[in-house]
Amino acid sequence: MSDISQLKELATQVRRDIIRMVFNCQSGHPGGSLGCTEFFVALYGNVMKHKPKPFKMEGKGQDMFFLSNGHISPVWYSVLARTGYFEPKELATFRKINTRLQGHPATHEGLPGIRIASGSLGQGISAAIGAALAKRLDGDKRWVFALTGDGELDEGQCWEAIMSAAHMKVDNLIVTVDWNGQQIDGPTSQVMDLGNLPAKWKAFGWDVLILENGNDLEAVIAMLRKAKRRTGKGKPVVILMKTQMGYGVDFMQGTHKWHGKAPNQEQYEQAMAQLKVAQTADF
Amino acid sequence: MNINDIKSTGTKATRDGFGQGLLEAGRKNPNVVGLTADLLESLQMQHFLKEFPERFFQVGIAEANMIGIAAGLATAGKIPFTGTFANFSTGRVYDQIRQSVAYSHKNVKICASHAGLTLGEDGATHQILEDVGMMRMLPGMTVINPCDYHQTMAATMAIAEYHGPVYLRFGRPAWPMFTEGMPFKIGKALLLGKGTDVTIFATGHLVWTSVEAAQELAAQGISCEVINIHTIKPLDEKAVLDSVKKTRAVVVAEEHQRFGGLGDAIANLLVHNDPVPMEYVGVKDSFGESGKPNELLDKYGLSKKDVIWAVKDVMDRKKS
Repeated sequence: MSDISQLKELATQVRRDIIRMVFNCQSGHPGGSLGCTEFFVALYGNVMKHKPKPFKMEGKGQDMFFLSNGHISPVWYSVLARTGYFEPKELATFRKINTRLQGHPATHEGLPGIRIASGSLGQGISAAIGAALAKRLDGDKRWVFALTGDGELDEGQCWEAIMSAAHMKVDNLIVTVDWNGQQIDGPTSQVMDLGNLPAKWKAFGWDVLILENGNDLEAVIAMLRKAKRRTGKGKPVVILMKTQMGYGVDFMQGTHKWHGKAPNQEQYEQAMAQLKVAQTADF
Repeated sequence: MNINDIKSTGTKATRDGFGQGLLEAGRKNPNVVGLTADLLESLQMQHFLKEFPERFFQVGIAEANMIGIAAGLATAGKIPFTGTFANFSTGRVYDQIRQSVAYSHKNVKICASHAGLTLGEDGATHQILEDVGMMRMLPGMTVINPCDYHQTMAATMAIAEYHGPVYLRFGRPAWPMFTEGMPFKIGKALLLGKGTDVTIFATGHLVWTSVEAAQELAAQGISCEVINIHTIKPLDEKAVLDSVKKTRAVVVAEEHQRFGGLGDAIANLLVHNDPVPMEYVGVKDSFGESGKPNELLDKYGLSKKDVIWAVKDVMDRKKS
């Protein structure tokens, strides 16, 4: 699944899934999910070597992905379903009783594709480092990817992890920051200013790449591929990826207000009308 | 088995048993890896580091990150043993353990030294007395508090063979050794002396204290059954209920708050199955302070005489 027009079509289908999932259960986090759609489609549809079935927790010989900002579960679940980890119809169970698609990702119900719970923020980079260290010990040449939010970088554990990855020369690790400049209570510049983010990562010993448009699918793929080429040189690699929260649905775009809010019927119809695919494959 | 047959063969710290056990576990299984948060020799992990340098990770004073890295290592098939003080192994990283280890059912061994009052002079900031309670409350967490050097070594080796999250709690001071050659099985209580009047359930350092108390009581004609509960969760319910059925009186001894520890685990079991008079030997809703281990155990009511008083109190209640 590497043809770019197919992947773009997939991205729109994923956005439709996201809107339907949060509308269905009237809860969940559409904003960050829509903003990171290109990233997930690029990763699972093009960049990573991964085997959906049978899903193997240990991921030996495969690329592994860790989501630290677990609240954007809708986009992850949709992409996992659309790339063969489970049936897309299961997306209809999101956040409902007895579901494997918990509000925040979990291994507890055995959903294929999820390797660790996340949601309580700040823990994912550490876990990704652990998996990358294990690959190094095993002589496994594949990569470990992780995604973290930018607001999430308020958490001290992130910086413990960032410091340690450089110290331990974890150079099979590619962390991406969803640099959308928004968090629940408002713009990151107002809630807790991240300052000069590239300089901070650089000062902590990482190879820093900046992606100006994280909602341009081809640019995301190119950047992830570039990041892979930058690994193996003694430094962990970070992509600071600028995205627009809510991208793809005009009234959700560029604001923190749709961080954790579901659309009503009218908004749902409005959003779905904007997300046109050649052939719908809605769950 | 007679309680008078239990004899100390010298003293060594439980953390030394951990260090040796980790080395042996590492020799047996190449997937065993170690991590520490700047407390290498306090945890006696230098033996493992020396033999398996590539399998050991120093993470600096960053316990949250250590737990997370361990969870990631476990995800990819390793068997990580994290090592720091009990305080920093639990309260400081509770949410990391809860989400990344317990809820995610990762095969992480959280190894916690310097637990309880016997840490001594460093004082209450470091003397955690709530850790067993915190760890017991986490679904799926196994909680083990061995009582001497040999048992800690055996427990360390046993948890490497068990798949699932474990909290292993041990201590700082040199302590009497008496379990050499005795069996160790996770979740299986260890009978140290048969008795008929009272059952003393003890864990950690207080096991030796309870043995000495039972020996003194035996000389006074009081027959104590002494059972070592090294695995606080899952509790060996059958061993507890079988003994209580016979003695009809219980004393629980532990180096922990009375809230949340082994005492509460046993009280909970008994209240649902077979309520009998019961006394706690544990810290009464208080922080510790600086001092020598034995001075602190004495001041906070965790000494041999406190076990003896508790036995006599509970026997009075049984009679009335």
